[in-house]
Amino acid sequence: MVGSRSNTSAVPPKLELRDVALRYFGREGETEALRGISLSIAAGEFVAIIGQSGCGKSTLLSLISGILRPTGGAVLIDGRPVAGPSRKVGYMLQQDYLFEWRTILENAVLGAEIQGLDMAAARQRATALLTRYGLGQFLNHRPRQLSGGMRQRVALARTLVTEPDIVLLDEPFSALDSQTRLALADEVADILRRERKTAILVTHDIGEAIGMAERVIVLSRRPGQVKSDRPIRFATPNGARLSPLAARGTPEFNGYFNTLWQELEVHVEG
Amino acid sequence: MSKVEGAPLIGQSLAPSAEYLAWLRAERRDQLTVRGAQLALLLVFLVLWEVLPRAQIINPLFTSYPSALWPTFVELLQATPQQASILTHTWSTVLATVVGFTAAMALGIAIAAALWWWQGLYRVLDPYLVVANAMPKTAFVPIFYLWLGASLSIYGMSLAISLFVTVLMIYNGFQGTDPNKVKLAQTFGASKAQILTKVVLPGSVPTLIAALKVNVGLSLVGVVVGEFQSANLGLGYLIQYGSQIFKLNIVMTAITILAIVSSVMYLAISWLEAAVMRRR
Repeated sequence: MVGSRSNTSAVPPKLELRDVALRYFGREGETEALRGISLSIAAGEFVAIIGQSGCGKSTLLSLISGILRPTGGAVLIDGRPVAGPSRKVGYMLQQDYLFEWRTILENAVLGAEIQGLDMAAARQRATALLTRYGLGQFLNHRPRQLSGGMRQRVALARTLVTEPDIVLLDEPFSALDSQTRLALADEVADILRRERKTAILVTHDIGEAIGMAERVIVLSRRPGQVKSDRPIRFATPNGARLSPLAARGTPEFNGYFNTLWQELEVHVEG
Repeated sequence: MSKVEGAPLIGQSLAPSAEYLAWLRAERRDQLTVRGAQLALLLVFLVLWEVLPRAQIINPLFTSYPSALWPTFVELLQATPQQASILTHTWSTVLATVVGFTAAMALGIAIAAALWWWQGLYRVLDPYLVVANAMPKTAFVPIFYLWLGASLSIYGMSLAISLFVTVLMIYNGFQGTDPNKVKLAQTFGASKAQILTKVVLPGSVPTLIAALKVNVGLSLVGVVVGEFQSANLGLGYLIQYGSQIFKLNIVMTAITILAIVSSVMYLAISWLEAAVMRRR
């Protein structure tokens, strides 16, 4: 399944971007955020997009989720153009943004509620997910009673309750401390793989991208363009996928890290 | 001003140390001192109010005495053919105030929601709202009397005084909604109505309570001022009547009841606020 990226096959790719461009308009002028992005992502693939801040990474996710419309080109899911937010796409934002006036369970079913799904089934699913993430005894707690890592797990449950095929992750761990961040990255990667979701992770953390994804795309600085697109492979005895934490201990990891670091062209100013 | 009291000890099951108990005692002493000072201040005020007129240092004709309030109150309890009981007056003022701030809240939320929904509408109306809010609404008391008649003009004044500030406060609250929470709802495909009912409104509950607090006071002002002009009922009328026949006992009794009424309403809202915030 991995790497089956040909456009000629009868089955269209899960997600396709054709020459996508986006310009923002403002009083001071227009800003070209993205230029000529063409990508094809297969079902079940875990892709990371890295780039420096302001390169349009998050904008790209907003385009895929349908809350922004491209000013050029097209975004297609299962071969059909995206016309607005779709149930096939779940979006995890940089922070959990749990509603403080709702309980944990009520927060987890927010998406189902907005989409008008069967609420009894949604509550059951949410309870099952939250229990699996170790939050079973917090269902009726308020968000402020939970730690940052726990809150981000609730956000993941909220994303998955609506059963999307594609999960977009916009630096979902950036607000967490570094230990929680590593542990949660492991956990989330594992959950998404087991549920066979197509996942797109946006991050500026090179290590996180190499550890979690099987393909890393580098975006250039504004206007964002695809600079490189490379598979990430680790030599394991049985061909099994490594956890993000285990991947950090391999010799390949450093190789990938150095290559991607150079492609990012990080210039420290000042 | 809400106080943070009794912050919990973090994850300790130890017996409280002597230092902690001493700290608790100091806290308690502090609190008692403040309460004592508050009570003393009220007492000094009442004593001065009683003693200065009696000693003829100030003219009792203009101030009455605290000790005269209770007998006056008892006297006013009795309804006469010319005058309703003071309880009827009080009820009339309270009712008009409650109707006033309820209407101001309902209309305020509706108008703020409309302005939030149609940004263009807000941009057009903004200067008018600001001017309407800055206007001294009491200038309209005589006009409202002509337009709306004796009893409706009281409600009208109560609403006029509290509505504009309510709209502006609530609209600002709506605008202050975390855009990321709105974005989150949008990622699930939320409609504008869903964003309003599931994100903006529940997120603005603290603002709504703040607006309600401001409103209760303003509505009472509107009602009393309206009653000065137009009514034959209500505490505002009683104050006007008492001062015209130079019976300051009546005026001071009515004002004291007003002070009690506004304190009770303020306490009711503080209680409501605490109940709502405990759920968050």
